[in-house]
Amino acid sequence: MEIHVVYYLIVSTIMLFAGIYGFFTRKNLLAVLISVELILNATNINFAVFNRYLFPDVFEGHFFALFGIGIAAAETAVAIAIIINIYRNIRNIQTDNIDEMKG
Amino acid sequence: MDITLQQLVFYVVAILMSVFSVMTVTSGSILRSATYLLFVLFGTAAIYFILGYTFLGAVQLMVYAGGIVVLYVFSILLTNSDKSINQKICKSKLFAVLATVLIGAALVLFLIWTNGFALNAIPECSEIGLKEIGRDLIGMDKYQYVLPFEIVSVLLLACMIGGLLIARKR
Repeated sequence: MEIHVVYYLIVSTIMLFAGIYGFFTRKNLLAVLISVELILNATNINFAVFNRYLFPDVFEGHFFALFGIGIAAAETAVAIAIIINIYRNIRNIQTDNIDEMKG
Repeated sequence: MDITLQQLVFYVVAILMSVFSVMTVTSGSILRSATYLLFVLFGTAAIYFILGYTFLGAVQLMVYAGGIVVLYVFSILLTNSDKSINQKICKSKLFAVLATVLIGAALVLFLIWTNGFALNAIPECSEIGLKEIGRDLIGMDKYQYVLPFEIVSVLLLACMIGGLLIARKR
C-alpha cells in the first residue's frame, strides 16, 4: 500500500510535457488533438491523486476529473467534426495550409 | 526490501505510461500514435483503479478507450492523414521546442521533488460506493453537484447539434 505521492506526479509530469512537445512539433491537426488528449489526461490524474492523498474525506477531485472527462469528450467530438469539414474543403489537414477562412 | 503486488503493478504501469506517452508524440505513423494513446489511456484507468476510484476508472475506460479512440481511428482513416504526418518543422524551431520542454519538465520535477510531500501511503478509507456518487451528483447541498451535472448535459447536447451542423454535407 505504500506508493509515494511523488511517483504519481512524476508520471503525470512526463505525460504533460510529452503532450506539450507533440502540440508544438506536429503539423497534422489530428496529431495535435492527440497531444491535447495527453495533456488533459495528465491533469485528470493530478486531480485524482491530490484528492486521494491530501484530502481523502471529500471527493472534489474525483468529481472534477469526472466532469473533465465528459468535457474532453465533447471537445474532441466538435474538433473532429471541424477537422473533417476542413478536409472536405481543402483536401488536407496540415496546419500550414489552413490560413484562410471561408464562410 | 520486499515490494507488494500493488507496488509492482504501479511501477510497471508508470513505466509503460511514460514510455508510451513519449512514443505517442514521436511515432512516425499517426495510426500507431493513436494506438499508443490507447495504451496511455488504459494506464490512466489502471492508476484510477490503484487509487481506489473504481467508478472513475470505469468511466475512463468507457469514454476514452471505448469512444474517443475509435473516433480518432475513424477520422484518421477518413482524412487519410497517414502519409502527411512526416512533415517536420525546421531545425531551429525543433531545438527551441526541445529546450522549452526539457527545461520545463526539469523545473516541474525539481519542484515536486523538493516540495517534501510526506505522504507515502494511500489513506485507509473504503472506496466510495455508487450510491454515494449518485447522491453527490444530483444533490443540492454544499459539495454536491447538480448544477455542473445539468450544465454538462446542456453542453453535450450543444456539442451534438454543433457537430452535426458542422460535419453535414452542404
